Amino acid sequence: MKKVKKIISVVLVLGMFSGTAFSATQIEWWHAMGGALGEAVNTIVGGFNRSQTEYEMKAVYKGNYTETMTAAIAAFRAKKQPHVVQVFEVGTATMMAAKGAIYPVHQMMKDSGQPFDESRYISAVIGYYTTTDGKLLSLPFNSSTPVVFWNKAAFAKAGLSGAPKTWEEMGKFSRKLISSGASECGFTIGWQSWSMLENFSTWHDVPFATKENGFAGLDTEFVFDSPLHVKHIQQLADWQKDNVFRYGGRRGDGNPLFAEGKCAMLINSSAYYGGLVKSTKFDFGTSQLPYWASAVSEPQNSIIGGATLWVLKGGTKDEYKGVAKFMTYMSDVFVQTYWHQNTGYVPITNEAYELTKKSDYYKKNEGRDVAIIQMSSKPPTANSKGLRLGNFVQIRDILNEELEAIWAGKKTAKQGLGDAVSRGNKLLRKFERANR
Amino acid sequence: MEKRSTFNNLWLPYLLLAPQIIITFIFFIWPASQALYQSFLLEDAFGLSSEFIWFENFEVLFSDPLYFDSINTTFIFSAATTFLSLSTALLFAVMADRVIRGEMAYKTILTWPYAVAPAVAGVLWLFMFSPSNGILALALKDWGYDWNHILQGGQALVLVVIAAAWKQIAYNFIFFLAGLQMIPKSLIEAAAIDGAGPAKRFWTIIFPLLSPTTFFLIVVNVVYAFFDTFGIIHAVTQGGPYKSTEILVYKVYNDGFIGLDLGGSAAQSVILMFIVISLTVIQFRYIERRVKY
Repeated sequence: MKKVKKIISVVLVLGMFSGTAFSATQIEWWHAMGGALGEAVNTIVGGFNRSQTEYEMKAVYKGNYTETMTAAIAAFRAKKQPHVVQVFEVGTATMMAAKGAIYPVHQMMKDSGQPFDESRYISAVIGYYTTTDGKLLSLPFNSSTPVVFWNKAAFAKAGLSGAPKTWEEMGKFSRKLISSGASECGFTIGWQSWSMLENFSTWHDVPFATKENGFAGLDTEFVFDSPLHVKHIQQLADWQKDNVFRYGGRRGDGNPLFAEGKCAMLINSSAYYGGLVKSTKFDFGTSQLPYWASAVSEPQNSIIGGATLWVLKGGTKDEYKGVAKFMTYMSDVFVQTYWHQNTGYVPITNEAYELTKKSDYYKKNEGRDVAIIQMSSKPPTANSKGLRLGNFVQIRDILNEELEAIWAGKKTAKQGLGDAVSRGNKLLRKFERANR
Repeated sequence: MEKRSTFNNLWLPYLLLAPQIIITFIFFIWPASQALYQSFLLEDAFGLSSEFIWFENFEVLFSDPLYFDSINTTFIFSAATTFLSLSTALLFAVMADRVIRGEMAYKTILTWPYAVAPAVAGVLWLFMFSPSNGILALALKDWGYDWNHILQGGQALVLVVIAAAWKQIAYNFIFFLAGLQMIPKSLIEAAAIDGAGPAKRFWTIIFPLLSPTTFFLIVVNVVYAFFDTFGIIHAVTQGGPYKSTEILVYKVYNDGFIGLDLGGSAAQSVILMFIVISLTVIQFRYIERRVKY
């Protein structure tokens, strides 16, 4: 551990001196990491710039994920694109289909003569971003997965000792929390499509869409209106009546319900860990997602959210050599350890995970390894490798709308999910046609 | 004898017109024609492959019930916003017109909201009505009204209408006040002598004489509600819940910039362009005839 700390501090100290090489080749990276995350990005980029003199990486913050992706696409159309752009996981299929615009990472590494071995990376992380024969298309940067955060004080008040493991227990525990006065509501959720449908499917090893969730072809169709899905969503809708479940809005808008102590549990991205530490006044635990014990005997694996670094075509050979060097640097065990421990995102290499495990970091910071264990304790199946669906940004919106209609009682789960499937399929067909 | 200057040079008039024509071309005709062209294409996001599909983008739109919902929402939203902001502004202007002391202070305070950016205005109202901790939402809850615009579409629409109207009141107020001060006092005094009460004087004299101002403001406000309220909606509801606040402009943005469906988005902006052109024509053709200047 001491050694790790020392090296991390060396990385940080190096990050403080800035010396620009004179004739360094400039490479540009557009990212979507604001605030504290942006500072961590700058530390990493600073470290890279000082580790060599031939290349200088310039990191530019371009707004949220959607804005960054749109900016890069617009720049590409105007032939002013950056070399590297950070794209969130739902944009993966759009990027993949743009064969004339992207430079696959495995190819670029090979062309630039940089050593590159896919097996170094955690398979649950890179599985989302590889071709069917295992070639890496974009380098994972920040990855997270949904987990359960639970209010330890409220649980103690209700006489409960640990987080629920199953959805059946979710209901039971919530009722106990409410009746004992420990909290107003049982649980709330965030990123509902991702946590309650996409991850719900992989966690129960059922398909979200046909053709291995789109990995095996563009002619995929949605199937998240199966009896299990309908049962789950209808249960959530019904649970609203006695406050077991309360909806707090899209993305992280529901987090305050948890942070203010109104709901005792929150199901949302593990990346919110750092923010919750700051905004809560109580001790909270992190645990794995619940599963329906009536449907499966044990859960499969959850999938990631977050973003990867895509390389765009149009630069010179020398510039790509710099990008390749940067990606090697990014995958360095100490850079990864620094990123993982400072942000709450999971590490992308096995080495960085092992290093953090060997140190007493997880003992001191209980629950920080839940995300990675949940993602990688079982080898993924065809249903749980990830999703590769075109127009998925819009489809997520449709899912948000239909789920909101269900929560508001305007539609039953069966109607809402059925409508979402047919609306989503239309967009899948449109994408298939535009990318033939 | 009247002296008329004539241009003997054939090119001079065109030269003098040129700046205006160039500006119109660069900022209107060229982008509009680009949008028109794009609306006939099916393209991937990066523009690597494109297919000319004639009117298919339009066919898709017109067979989509959600698009008609959006048109509907837009008309309800702009009518409500225009009515609310005009009537409130008129009320304030009539009040402020009668104030003798501290007139400047009232006027200054009432014009302030106009300086607030739409997105900021949206966020202000969002904070007050935030279902979990907004003061107005909590006050409503105490009165037994369950405010939750995150799930209730109707409430969300009310919220964006209030925010959009509030921001525009200041602008309307200034124009109404100026309009009121243009009305000759002698007319009103004469009516008063003849025994007309304040309400009668307002509806039979002041309101008709104010009609040019009102007409102008209706045009400006409808255009405002159609186009400039994007920031408010983006900050408050992002078109939700379940598309209940998704006005046409927001749908163009959502489909084009979030969904990267450029052809469909361009088709929508072409339709929007025609809606605005026809609205303006209707307003000038029919409503203006009834306005007395």
